[in-house]
Formats: sequence, structure tokens, C-alpha cells
Amino acid sequence: GDVYDMSGQRIEINENTEKVDFSYNQLADPKFAFYDHSLVEAVKLGDVPTHRFFRLLSLCHTVMPEEKKEGNLVYQAQSPDEGALVTAARNFGFVFRARTPETITVMEMGEIKIYKLLAILDFNNVRKRMSVIVRSPEGDLTLYCKGADTILYELLHSSCDSLKEETTEHLNEFAGEGLRTLVVAYKNLDEDYFQDWIRRHHEASTALEGREDKLSELYEEIEKDLMLLGATAIEDKLQDGVPQTIETLAKANIKIWVLTGDKQETAMNIGYSCNLLNDDMEDVFIIEGSTSDDVLNELRNARKKMKPDSFLDSDEINIQFEKSSKKPKIIPDEQANGVYGLVITGHSLAYALEGNLELELVRTACMCKVVICCRVTPLQKAQVVELVKKYKKAVTLAIGDGANDVSMIKTAHIGVGISGQEGMQAVLSSDFSFAQFRYLQRLLLVHGRWSYIRMCKFLKYFFYKNFAFTLVHFWYGFFSGFSAQTVYDEWFITLYNLVYTSLPVLGMSLFDQDVDDRWSMLFPQLYVPGQENLYFNKMVFVKCMLQGIYSSLILFFIPYGAMYNTMRSDGKAVADYQSFALMAQTCLLIVVSVQIGLDTSYWTVVNQFFIWGSLSVYFAITFTMYSDGMYLIFTASFPFVGTARNTLSQPNVWLAIFLSITLCVLPVVGFRFLKAQLKPTPSDKVLLKIKEAKKRPPPPSPKRRLRRTSTRRSGYAFSHQHGFGALIMSGRNMRPKSPFATTGTFSPNSDKHKHKGL
Amino acid sequence: IDYTGTEPSSPCNKCLNVSWDSTPPCTCTINFTLEHSFESNVFMYYGLSNFYQNHRRYVKSRDDSQLNGDNSSLLNPSKECEPYRTNEDKPIAPCGAIANSMFNDTLELYRIDNDTRIPITLIKKGIAWWTDKNVKFRNPTGDGNNLTALFQGTTKPVNWPKPVYMLDSEPDNNGFINEDFIVWMRTAALPTFRKLYRLIERKNNLQPTLQAGKYSLDIAYNYPVHSFDGRKRMILSTISWMGGKNPFLGIAYITVGSICFFLGVVLLIIHHKYGNRNTSADIPN
Repeated sequence: GDVYDMSGQRIEINENTEKVDFSYNQLADPKFAFYDHSLVEAVKLGDVPTHRFFRLLSLCHTVMPEEKKEGNLVYQAQSPDEGALVTAARNFGFVFRARTPETITVMEMGEIKIYKLLAILDFNNVRKRMSVIVRSPEGDLTLYCKGADTILYELLHSSCDSLKEETTEHLNEFAGEGLRTLVVAYKNLDEDYFQDWIRRHHEASTALEGREDKLSELYEEIEKDLMLLGATAIEDKLQDGVPQTIETLAKANIKIWVLTGDKQETAMNIGYSCNLLNDDMEDVFIIEGSTSDDVLNELRNARKKMKPDSFLDSDEINIQFEKSSKKPKIIPDEQANGVYGLVITGHSLAYALEGNLELELVRTACMCKVVICCRVTPLQKAQVVELVKKYKKAVTLAIGDGANDVSMIKTAHIGVGISGQEGMQAVLSSDFSFAQFRYLQRLLLVHGRWSYIRMCKFLKYFFYKNFAFTLVHFWYGFFSGFSAQTVYDEWFITLYNLVYTSLPVLGMSLFDQDVDDRWSMLFPQLYVPGQENLYFNKMVFVKCMLQGIYSSLILFFIPYGAMYNTMRSDGKAVADYQSFALMAQTCLLIVVSVQIGLDTSYWTVVNQFFIWGSLSVYFAITFTMYSDGMYLIFTASFPFVGTARNTLSQPNVWLAIFLSITLCVLPVVGFRFLKAQLKPTPSDKVLLKIKEAKKRPPPPSPKRRLRRTSTRRSGYAFSHQHGFGALIMSGRNMRPKSPFATTGTFSPNSDKHKHKGL
Repeated sequence: IDYTGTEPSSPCNKCLNVSWDSTPPCTCTINFTLEHSFESNVFMYYGLSNFYQNHRRYVKSRDDSQLNGDNSSLLNPSKECEPYRTNEDKPIAPCGAIANSMFNDTLELYRIDNDTRIPITLIKKGIAWWTDKNVKFRNPTGDGNNLTALFQGTTKPVNWPKPVYMLDSEPDNNGFINEDFIVWMRTAALPTFRKLYRLIERKNNLQPTLQAGKYSLDIAYNYPVHSFDGRKRMILSTISWMGGKNPFLGIAYITVGSICFFLGVVLLIIHHKYGNRNTSADIPN
């Protein structure tokens, strides 16, 4: 019972660790690196269980080999994991070389053996295991079985309990590392029993009624009292954190469409392995019609199932269609009655993207939680993005790593390139690029969100401060005969946006964050307001404007009231134009500084510095400009000489300034408080929750790799569909060129899984 | 005290339509009674209403360089002063509309004590800002201190009866640094304004500056305001540490304070009543 860990890349292994020499096996994949010498030694010494283990791997599968020239084997695997296992066996000297409907040719340690394939007990979702029954050249009948541990453990012979315990330990270890595990077992069969079984099997497989049930009964009959051989574990060759990222993005209300050139099975497997598709879904529709009508029907059926009343005339979208002309319009979101997935092949997509089916496709696809388009051409990728852009009020983001993603990346609103093994084309044509898919989460949920919030706050504040600044002149117009007399000093007008208020808002728009990155990753819901444009829209603009108008009223009438017919404390008149200007502009500047203080939710040293700095610069510049020296040098430019000194020493000026600050801030604070109390938005709630949570000890930073639950940890070394066992046995696909042959190849070390989120 | 004289009963009604250069000036006398005595220093203001000293073109119509004693500007005033820049090809000093429209009523205050009029000393210095008097406004420099010579080559503003170097007899209060002039040149922000005219200083600690009683105000009515519906007033006022009497800030503070308090109570109630509602139970972790 050797435990085989395919990658073997434990932590202590580094570049310098000596690699195992596979030179004894000239068919080994040259890129394969392996570090555990003991295992190879065991193979070389001919340890029986080890041999049996690898023999099983090389026999029990539905992989198709392709050997175009001698020694250059390429495996076409239905699921990448299966291919990996067969490749592993090949590297250890159990080379699966050829397959006919009745035989499997294996080169065991350089020695060609031809096994007779008697039966394939194929995989399905219920059985979660597969078996083959072979007759070895020596004449032994053996059943080899591999499958999910939970299932297989039930079927084991009681004699291998101790091995079972050990294996369980290993399995837990593997699962903890996020590896996909399988348990393998074998059973020697009795000739007579087998003959009886195969006869019944034949009967069952030709039965007209209940064939499936009968077959599975037979399978269960023979697959018992198995001898445990060991467990395999396959590293998830997806990039780190893909499932978590996808899950998080889905929580953030981002719809994900996968556009891939892979074939359907691969695409679906990837879908399953990265949590896009899962067993909780009500249904996964597969659109693979090869005529326009088929595709239409399939799409309609899917939609009928998701939302039966969407075909009624009373459905508002249908009404909308009838009313409006042909020009492109926005289709509102529809709600399906469950969680669905949609898989569409490139072939069908070609029809679906034609004029009259476009709408059907969009309506159907947008109701699904996940859409996977497989075998699509680069052009189609771009077309799909274009389609969504055309009919949906959505922002599209395309992420991809290959040259075939370039058109899509360029079409989408936001293009993200993953720099990886596939060259730089995608990166070069993208807006953002990074090395791993999972960084997308941080890009969107942290940086994207912050950027949005900052932008909105910046805009809001900018409108506010200029409304407050400008409208004071309007009110003053009523008192200056509408003569366009400015309230403020000309210098103040020049410097207001340039010096006094530019840096604080810049500081806010650079550094502000309502919650830090950890929390925004933990609560993807916080991303939703951005999608709904909640932080800056017409409503917000109007609010800004009203606030600005209110502030300008305060900023004019408080100084007005304070100045009207009053005197300084030394009896001299204070209501002169220059004093009034100085008072109004000081009020304004302090009020907008306080306002930005209220808007800033994340204080850094820079923010503090900018705000206090701007205020002090204001006073410094004001006192300098209004000083005697400046006046004597540039008499005509600085007519406000002495105003600062004479006015700002007056207590009632400061009282008025304080009053205007209070009045400007009061409604803002009150309104925000009331809104948070009475009508909290979901993100308010999240923020509140975060605030509560912050009082408790901080949560552990998100784990890099979530532990898989036991039910999820195995069984994915298979396709999620019925296997091809029957097909292989029937020999129908044994043409020189296999129908499954694709351009995509799988080898353990050059894995590439593309995800195109949309 | 309003002495515009729009009402026919007013003693100044006869002067309502005087022109600025009538000689001798129309004079009128207004009697009034102080109910309370003024204990500390008293300030005497003149107030104008509906006088848009803050009009843009009016505000700009001055030449600060000239007022600062720059000799070249004296003879060649800034273009901003148009149309009060030159008169009969001579530059106007001080140029501009502000200077041209300087307030030129003369007010004199008498206390009537048993039918005898006791003049009250009105101090005309110390009514302008120190910075204005010493920095912003300067007489042109040159040989000697003879202002008449220094202002050689200029002419008086159109509406002035006397040239600028004859505003006052004292040399340190004459020419551009005449304080009445400086006060006037500091334009008001609002169309209704008052400007300090004279100080009445408290003589000693034993008696109030102005006792309660009857007073009379003699006015040399030169300044026409009737044409633009303006009003003229004379105000006597004392001041506190906060400046002159202005109930606005007090009222505003009390109002805002009450609003704050009220709002605080209301929000507290709301918080207690609805604060539980936004528990974030419906937000999954």
C-alpha cells in the first residue's frame, strides 16, 4: 500500500533536491519531476503491492492514447485528473500504450503486456467509482476499482482494516492540502463466478426495461470485498484560490461567464472544480443544438423551466419588446426561480449570436447564475462580450491569459490579462494585468471598490465645495445691485480651488477607505452598491447641490447678520466690504475643511497634514497678502491691507464663523444619523457589523486555502458525466483519429485553465 | 436719528433737494432726548441706507497707488477711476467715484441744559484703522510739507467743494490721510451701513459721557440722498467687548443651541426606538 502523491512537492523540496532518475523508463514524460526515491526503489525492486497499484492506474480508466510517433505518447483524457493518474503510472514504468475494444496494451517495466478488457463498470454520479475487469496475460482475472473514499470504504474486504486506517490518515492529509483524492482497490475474481456474472451482465445490458437499474445491481454485486491498494491525490491544477475567488465574486453579485476554447467536458469539469457549477444547482442546461431552430428550442425550454411566465404576453419584458422598435435596448434583469447553470457550445453559440436569437440568448443566459461557453473562437468571445454590453446595463470585465482572449479583453469595458505561461498578448492588450486569477478578487473587491468610493466622494465633495463657494455670490448679488461684485478677495478666488482646498480632497481621494481590505474581502456584499451606482448618481448630485446651496446661504447670511449695522470692539465700523469678504471666505474655508473631515473615513497622517496644512496655509497666505509690506511693494494688487489683522481679532467675527460651521454641519450630521438609523442600506448594515466585529479580537486573515469538506474531497477525478466505458467497449470510437482528440492536451505540468469572468 | 427729512414735518425737509454745492449749506437742527445716560465712550456714526457702496464699478473706482502717495499715480491716475479720472484735463486727486461721492454733511452735537446749548466735543481722530491711516493712505511725498504744493497739478473731485488738501486744518489729518476720507474710502459691504463719524470721550469718571436729557443735532445738509431713496441717520452708540449692539449673533446662538438640543433629544429617541432595527443579522458572514 504505497501512497502516491503525484506532485510530491512538499515544503522541504526545493530546486536542489535531487530528482528521481526515470531513465530506466524511456517512455516517461521528460517534464515530470519527482522527489521520493523510496517509491521508485520500491517499483524497481518489484514490490508487489506497488506494482499492482500502478498497474491499476494504467488499466482502470477511460483514457485514449495517441502515439503519433514512437515514444511520443499523448493521452486524451475525459477528465484531466484521470489523465494525470495514467501519466503518473506511465512515469513509474507502467505505460499505457494502446487500447482496443477488447485489449489494453501496457508496457510494465519495459515489458509489453496485453490485458484483455472484459468489462468496464463505468462511472456515474451515484456510484462515484469505476472498475475494469481484465484478464492478464497470465490468465488471472482481476477487478480494478477506483473511486471516492466514502463509497469505496464500504466495499472493502475486512482484511485490510489496518491499511484502511493508514490510508484514511493520508487521505485527510491530502484533503487538507486541497488535493483531490481517490481510493484504489482490486479484487481477484473467480473464473466461474465471473463467467456467470458476465452472462448476466450481457443480459442486463440488452434488457429493454430497467437496464440501468439492473446494471447497477450487477455492478454492486461484483464490486465488493475489495482489497485496498492505496489512495491517490491530485493537486488541483487550477491556480490558487480560484474557487474561493469565484465564490466571493458571486457573492458580490458579479455574474460569471466562462468562455473557453476547451471542449465541453473539460469546461464543465473546470466549472465543477472551481465551484461555478455545483450539485446544489437545480439544473444545468446544455445547449448543443446544431441548427438555429434547435438552439432556439433549447433556449426557450430552459427559460420556460426557469421562469414559466416569461412567455406570457403579460410579462412586462415581452410587452416592452412589442412596443419598442428594433434598436438595441436594455433588457432589465429577470429573476429565475432557482439557481441554474447554462452550458453552450461554440457551435450553438454561432447560431445563438445571430440576429433573431440574440435576445433569447441574453434573456436565458442572464437568468442563469453561471454561463459556460465552450469551444468558442476568439471572435465569439468578443461577440459574447459585445452582446452583453449591448443588451445589459452592465459593466463587463474580461479576464484571460491567452492570445485568443485578446479580442474579448479589448471588447469588454475592463480587460484584465493574466500574465502566465501563454505569453504576453493578453497582458499587452489589457487594462490591468496580474499573475494569478485570484488577484481579481482583490482588484475588484478591494481596489475597485475603494477607487469607486474615492471617486464618488471626490466628486461629491468637489461639487459641494464649489456650490458653497460660488452661490454666495448669488446671494450677495441681491445686496450689491447685481453688479457682479465678488464676495471674496480676488486672490482668494484664485487660490481657493488651487491651493486652499485642493490637497485635502486629493488626500481623501487617494487614501480614503471605509473598511480595510480584509473586511471588504470578507464581505463581498459591500461591492453591490457600486454596481447599482449608489454612491454617485443624479440623486446624490442633487443632494450635493442642495447641501451646497444651503451652505452658501449660511455662509452668506451669517456674516451678513453678524456684520449688519455693527461695529468693532473699538467702535470703528466693521461692516466694510473687505472685512466682510475676509469673514465670508474664512467661514467658507473652515466649513469646507470641516466637511471634508466629516467625509473622510480613513485618517492618515497625510490627510491630517493636508487639512491642517491647508488651513494654516490659508491663514499664512492671508496674513502675508494683507500685510503692509506686500501692499507697499504691489500697491494695486493687494488692496486688502490690514484687513486680516483688524478683522480676525474681533470676537464677534469668530463667533460668526463658529456659528456658520455649526449650522453647516448640523443638518449633514443629523441627516446621516437619521439615515443610518431609519433606512440603513445593506452596506450600512455590513459596516455596522464590521464595527461590532472590530470590537472583538480581529478575525484570522482569510485562509489561503479552505479545507475541503469530506464529501467534497473525492470523486472529481472523473468526469461529471457518464463515462465513455460503453463507448470504448463497443469499439465504435476506435477510428484512427479519436473523435475526442482536440487541440487541448493535458499533461500534469503544463496545466492551463482559463476562466473568463464576465 | 434719521435726519433725511423726507417727512414734511422734519426740520430737514427744507434741505431735501439741496445740491452738493449750494452755498451756504442748508442747515437744520434736530432735537432729541436721551432716555438713558451713556456711561462709557460714545461713538457717533452716520448711517446711510440704500446706498450701494458695494457696487462693482463703484468699488473698483479708486486708485490705491494714488492714495498711497505715489507721485506718478497722483498725476496719472488709474483707468479704473473713469469717469472721475480727469476734470478739465487735470487729474483728479483723489480720483474715482468713491472719493467723488464722499459724505460731506457736518454734524454737531449740543446738549441743551436749561435752554443753553453746550457744545459737546467731538473727536475726529482715531476713527480709522491704524493700518489705513499709516499704511494704506499716505500723502504724496516731495519737498516740504506744504500739501498745496504737493497736490500741484491736480484738481479736486467734481463734487467736492474744497480740494483734498483743504479737508482739515491739522497737517496730520489732511490730504489723503484725513480720517473722514479714509473712513469713507473703506467701502461698505452692504447697502445699509454706518460709518464712524466722531468719538465722544469720557472726560472723567464722575459723570457719564452723555447724560440723559435733551440734545440737539446741527446738520449742515450737503449730502443729497433723496434722489436714490436713500436715508441718512446719525447714531450714538456705546460698545461692549463684542463690538456694537447687534442682537443677531445672540439670537442666532440661542436658536441654534435650542435646535441642537431639540435635535439631540429627537435623535436620541429615534436611536432608542429604531436603533435595534439595523442589527445586521441578515448579513451573512
